[in-house]
This record gives sequence, structure tokens and C-alpha cells, in this order.
Amino acid sequence: MSAPEILPPVLPATDRAPLTKKALTADHPTWCPGCGDFAVLHCYYRALEKLNYPHEKIVTMAGIGCSSRFPYFVNTHGGHYIHGRSLPFSAGVSLGRDDLHVFVFGGDGDGFSIGGNHLDHVARKNPRLTYVIMDNFVYGLTKKQTSPTSPIGFKTKTDPTGAFDQPINPMRKLVDSGATFIARSHATQVNHMTEMIMRAAQHDGFSVIEILSECVEFYPGAFDSSVPRKGGTFGLIQEKKHDGTPEDAARHDTTDEVAAYRLASEPWPGLFGVFLDKKRPTKNQLEADLIARARERTKGASDLQLLQSTFARLR
Amino acid sequence: MVSPNPAENNGGSALPSAEARALNDVVIRLAGNSQDGIQTIGGFLARLAGRSDQDVMTYMTIPSTISGGPSIFQVRMGTGDILSSGDQADFLVAFYQHSYESHLSSLRPGGVLLYDADHVKPNPDDKRFTAIAAPITSGTVEAVGGSSKDKGKNLYVLGLIARVFNLDVVKLSSLVKERFGGKTEDIVRNAMLAFDAGYAWPADNVRDCFYRFNPPTRISGRPQVTLDGNSAMTYGLIAAGVRYGSGYPITPWSSIMEMLRAELPKYGGLFVQAEDELGAVSYALGFSYSGHLAITGSSGPGLSLKMEALGWAVMAEMPLIVINVQRGGPSTGMPTNVEQSDLLQALYGSHGDAPRVVLAPRDVEDCFYIAIEAARIARAYSTPVIILTDQALSSRIEAFDEPDLPALMVDPKPDLSARPADFKPYPLDRITHHAPPGSRVGSGVYPTVTGLEHDELGHPTGSPQLHTKMTAKRREKFKTLAATLPAAEAFGDTEGDVLLVGWGSTYGPVREALARLRKDGVKAAQLHLRHLNPLPPGLEELFRRYRDIIVVEINDEGLYGYGQLATLLRARYANPAIRSLTKTDGLTFKVSEIVTGVTKRLDRATTV
Repeated sequence: MSAPEILPPVLPATDRAPLTKKALTADHPTWCPGCGDFAVLHCYYRALEKLNYPHEKIVTMAGIGCSSRFPYFVNTHGGHYIHGRSLPFSAGVSLGRDDLHVFVFGGDGDGFSIGGNHLDHVARKNPRLTYVIMDNFVYGLTKKQTSPTSPIGFKTKTDPTGAFDQPINPMRKLVDSGATFIARSHATQVNHMTEMIMRAAQHDGFSVIEILSECVEFYPGAFDSSVPRKGGTFGLIQEKKHDGTPEDAARHDTTDEVAAYRLASEPWPGLFGVFLDKKRPTKNQLEADLIARARERTKGASDLQLLQSTFARLR
Repeated sequence: MVSPNPAENNGGSALPSAEARALNDVVIRLAGNSQDGIQTIGGFLARLAGRSDQDVMTYMTIPSTISGGPSIFQVRMGTGDILSSGDQADFLVAFYQHSYESHLSSLRPGGVLLYDADHVKPNPDDKRFTAIAAPITSGTVEAVGGSSKDKGKNLYVLGLIARVFNLDVVKLSSLVKERFGGKTEDIVRNAMLAFDAGYAWPADNVRDCFYRFNPPTRISGRPQVTLDGNSAMTYGLIAAGVRYGSGYPITPWSSIMEMLRAELPKYGGLFVQAEDELGAVSYALGFSYSGHLAITGSSGPGLSLKMEALGWAVMAEMPLIVINVQRGGPSTGMPTNVEQSDLLQALYGSHGDAPRVVLAPRDVEDCFYIAIEAARIARAYSTPVIILTDQALSSRIEAFDEPDLPALMVDPKPDLSARPADFKPYPLDRITHHAPPGSRVGSGVYPTVTGLEHDELGHPTGSPQLHTKMTAKRREKFKTLAATLPAAEAFGDTEGDVLLVGWGSTYGPVREALARLRKDGVKAAQLHLRHLNPLPPGLEELFRRYRDIIVVEINDEGLYGYGQLATLLRARYANPAIRSLTKTDGLTFKVSEIVTGVTKRLDRATTV
């Protein structure tokens, strides 16, 4: 790869038929009827229709869990990787090919338990990709064990008398990890979810959304307290508009990590919307800069010339 | 002639004279502390040999402490093929009393002991060696002066060695200048002052210790390059068009990672230092999925951590190169020692039926070529390929013909061609060829690569028939590969008493042992396996031609008395003549250990 990588010509989006839900639909989901994940899938289709990326440049990845079956239901290039490690895999895809649009789906076990370490480190490296965590507070695929977000007192097969380990606060963990776009949504709020996915996709860096997605089988009603038609409150974050009005002072500054952390510490069920949206150079960019600087020093030598000069020094 | 190492190399030697005595090759052991720069001067000697058309092999020990500690660097250099770093030293340089005490036993009787008179008090009654007392520390301080204390005494020693062995001083000083050329003038000047002082020290009081090498017999149009195994592996990967990788620090793998991190950006690629081994293999698989064959690597325990992901790579049929620089195990074990105890892990370490390719380089030069072969196989068969190198190969230095790079370089462009409408990611009648994202598919149906058992289109399936068929598909492609491998060939007698079988870094010592055995009248041959999975064709027939087959490897004989390769070969060929010669001291095989071990086994076979 001495010359910058030349990719086969891609038809401009205008010369193609727009991306439709029909083109994006693959296998029928295997989720239980009523599962919150159906709505997330629907919003992903809607967001992709609106974003209208070249079809072959979209990548849909997942790890292991109910929600991680996602790629089978989406007709894009994609993969179903191992439990907890889909983030470093997907970061590799993004860094290997900056022309792609990489989306990763997973659950709370995949993201916060077995993959917790990867989430921290991929977030701080800030590769360009979008990660959607469908959080249902329980292990569903393995049929009701305690998850890292199960609240204290929740009865599961591994905590028959009620869970007593302190659960993770996903938003606090994400703010602390160094993710540059962090949002929270709810599977019953289709428009809000679509908007969050769109904004995350358009963010230049590592974007992550936690979506509360009810497991009707093992944890029904888990998120009713934020469902208005069930008597709950869907509290939205008011983002700063920078309009100079006195009420703007009270609105949330999405570039302020401390303010985001404070929002993340609101009592259950907390608030929804964008917690953090800030700029930091992506790993894609930093690595490209490193390559550019290295190339400048080698003055456009070909791969063969470079290796030949290395061997000449070893004579 | 100084070297009885091995004895047959001495043939036709010149008689001792007051003049410099001729020799074929010499084993010089430098024993000091790890901060004394003995590796630097050992490196100079190796490079000098390479530049002078000589052959060379080095051997070093590294303390597994954070900084400092006793360490040695051994150089065997000279005329003709050098296959091992030498069982015994001909020339021992002892910097300290502890160096003298620990390493005197490695010096052959009649050898030369050169010691620092400022630090070492040798036993005056020990008359087995020619002892030379040189003021290494004070001579350096005097020569260099100023505030540098005894820094530079390694170069003082290099000067002494250059004098004793009549080395090419012009070539040596240009090597020193190249090495320190990037630094300040002071450093080069001080280095040369110390070198000159050592060279000028009047060693003439010991008339017996001047030597010169017989003229080189090497015939090649190509210049030699001199480097260590991990460097050769790194440059092999680059020649093979590998531009992406990921790893996590662990000894002795780390230097490959560090070199790739520094080198790949020049070639437009990148290397990610991951958060852990599982992350590292995952980044690498992500790169491969994106269309760039990638490399990850580690040492023993790290390979274990990668095993789940390797199972996925087998199931999803994703190309990948995995380098495992083996060390003493299990667990943290002996991290700076050598062992060949990861063979079965490499073959069978993952869950389920997960066949993959396993290769092992036989020497430093082969580290370069095996990386190219691994990349070719990974791409052609869409499979993970594990390369089993080891600690001894990783750090030892050898000289070899500069590779023919224009003929070898591979262009690493990802294949993003449009796939036809009938494209299947997992066709049952063909070898999988991964379609990376960005490739359009004529049918408009895009593939999902997956770790779930799947049908030809990548859809999950629980079908018993499909699991059987897909398992066979993943297995059969390696039979296709095996059929393309060169048939196994033995070196030595075409039939007879014993076939010595080895793999990995034992190649040289086994070859030397073979020569000694044949000289003693044993009808013997050597078979060295570079392809460990799949095995090359022709082994069954070859094994039939020898009464005994002894597999030489650095691992444990296990519960049933057989090392890891011997276990595999016995299971595969059910040949009762296959037996084992193993050891677990964390050190490379000495030639004499192999000769003795084989002789003992042959004697037992004839008496029983």
C-alpha cells in the first residue's frame, strides 16, 4: 500500500435507488413477541434509510446475547462475533477501513460485564463507530441470571433471594470511559431512538447509546417508570441552545463531562437524551496522521524500497 | 585451532606456532551484567561475521528481573555452516567474580579465560585454562577519562577480542560508528578510545592466544544480513504484505510488536496495542474482516487467552496470522527461557473441532520465509495460521543471504471486487473466500460472518446434517493444503538405524548431532518438520525406512513417556518405533545431549 488505498469506484448516492427498509430487511427476528429489541431494529432501519449510506459500506456487528442476534436481521455486511469482544473487533474494522460506517449492537452482559474492559479502552481510543447497548437488566438468552445492571433485590436464578451486588450505572461508566458521544433512550420512544441513532452515526468518533429495552419474558415492566402511558415519566435532557436567554443557563452543556456525570447520577429512572457530545481527535485520524508523518520522512519510497533499505542496514 | 566444538570441524588444522594459529570457528562467551553492553559487542561480532562472509550464531540469557542482573552473550563465528551456538566456550570473558564462578564450567579445558583483573580473583591452582588478566575496568577509565567511569568497558573488551582473533579492525570500527553515529560525537569518540585501548593492551605476554580464521568458504552472489529471529519474522510479515496487527506486551513476543508499531506506518498500515490479549486478537480479526490480512501474536499464556477468538476465526473462516513465541510454561513459568511446549495448544487449544494451520521456523532465516508462507496460506485457505517460534529463536542472531525482495514482496490490496449474484460466504463445494465490507454483491444480499453454525449463506442453523457438512468443509480444506506441501524429505542416510525428527529451533543442534552420530558409524538421518498441521505427505513411508524414530523436542515426556510431537506422530502413524528425546531445563539442546540421548536409546533398543 505505497499509494493511498484506491477503492473501487462507488456510485454516488444520487445515482442509486435510495436505501429502503425492504432492502435492509433480512431474516425474521427470533426475539420473543413484545421484546423491546424489535423497536430498536425498526429505528435502525429508519436511521439507515435517512442516512442513505452506500449499502455495501454499512457494517452491522454484534457480540453474544439476545440483542446480539441483530446482524442476522439486517441485510448489510455484518458479523456475529464472540461474547463481549465485538467492540475491539469493530474498532479494527473501522481503523482498517475508514470508508465504512460501523454499527455495533449488544446487551448489558456483553457490554458491561464480559466486555466491560473493552468498552473502557475502545471508548478512550475513540475510533469512529456507533455502539448501541440494549439494556434489559437481565441475562435473557441464558434464561434469567443476574446481569451487571440488575437492580438490588431483583430475583434471578443466580440470586433467588434477590440480587445484592451493586449494579453498574451505565451512564456514569460511559462518561468516565472517555466516550465522546453518549446518549440514553428508551425502546418505547421510537422517534427519540431514531434521532439518537442518527446523531450517534453522524458523530465523528466513538458514539454510544444505552437503550432501555424491556425483556418481556424475564423482566417485564422493568422500565415502566419511564413509560408515560403506564404512569411513568419520560424525562428529556434539555440541551443548551446557546441563545443567550436566561433559561439557557439551566440547560445541559453536552461538552461538559462534569455536568454529564451529574446527570448520570440522577435517581432512577433518570433522564434521556444526549449526555455528552464533544470533539476529540479520533484514533482513525491520529493513526492517519502517524502514517502521513512516517511517509513524509520516507519521501514517498515504495514498500520495496523501504524494506530494501532496511536490509541494507542489516548487512 | 582453538575449537573442538564440534571436534570434526577441526580437521586439517594448522599446528600451533608462535604465529597466530588458524581456526575454523570459535565460541566466545561474554559473561557480565545486563547493563554492561555485552549484547552490543556480541552484536558487533555477529555483524562483523556476517559482513566477512562468515557464518555466525549467538545465544543469550536475559535475567527476568526489571533491570540489571547477570547475563551472558555467546557468539559462535567462523568458516562454514554454524548450526548451533556451541556446547562449550573456547573463550570466556568474565567481567565479575560471579561471572567467573558461574561460567567457568562452560569453558572447555584448554580454553582461554580472559578476566577483568580489577574485579575477578581466579583460583590460582586451576591450571585447566590459559588465563589472561586484563585491566578491563581501569584500562577503560584511563582511556576514556572524564565522568564516564567504566562505561565503555564492553568496547575495551571488543578491542581485546579484535586483537586476539586478528579481526578486521576497519570493518569493526565502521560498525561501531554506524551504531553510535546517530548520537553525539562524544559517544563515538569515547567508544573508539575504549576500543583502541583494548586493542593496544599488550596481550603478547601470552604467546598462545593469537588466532586467525581460515578464509571463508561461502560462495554466494548475495551479501549477508545479520539479524535476530523476531526481526526476521517482522520483516517477513512486511514482505508478505501484512500491514495491520494488534498485540499486548509479553516477553519474548513484545519486540515483534514494537517493531511492527514502528515500521507499519511507513508502509501505510497500523498496529494497535490493545487492552489485553482478547482485545488484540479481536482487533486483528476486525482488520482481517475489513479486508487486510492481519497479525496478532503473544507468548504461551497469551495464546491461551486468544483461543476463544481463534475458535471463532475457524468457524467464521477468517484469515489471520498468530505468532506464538514459546517460552517455559505453564503459567508465568520461565518467561525468559525456551520451551517447545505449546504445540498441542496450538493445534487443539480451542473448544470444539477447530482445525487450523500450524507452522514452525527452523532458524532465523526461516523466520523470514515462514511469515511469507503463513500469509500465503492464510489468504488462500481463509484460515488462522499459527507460527510457533520460540524464545531461543527470538533473540539469537544469525547471518544469512539477503532475501530476493523484488521476487518476494506481496501487494496487500484488499479484494473489494463486486461479487456475483450467486455469491455464498460459505460454499460447501469450494474454499471460502471472504468478501470484505465495501464489496458489492450482485444479489443485493450481504453476508453475515458468524461463529454460529451456519448454512452456505451464513444463516444460523441447528441442522445436524449441515453441522456435519460444515465441519467437514472446515477440515477438508487442510487436506487440500497438505497435498500441495512438498513431500517430507530426510537429510542423511536414506535408510538405517535411526531417523531424528525435530521441529522449530532444534534444527541446527540436531543436524550437528546427526553428523557426529554418522561419523560414529550410526546409519542416521534427520527429518525436520516446518508444517506441523497439516503434516506433509510421505511421512509414513519415510518412517518405515528406519529401525528407530527419535523425536527430539524441548518439552516434557508427559504421563506416557512421549513429547508433544512424538504423541502426535504416534497417534497419526501408529508406528511403535517412534520414541522421544525431551528435556525441560529451559535451555536449548546441546549437541552432546542429543548424541548421548540418542545413543542411549539405540543401545537400549538393541539390548532389549
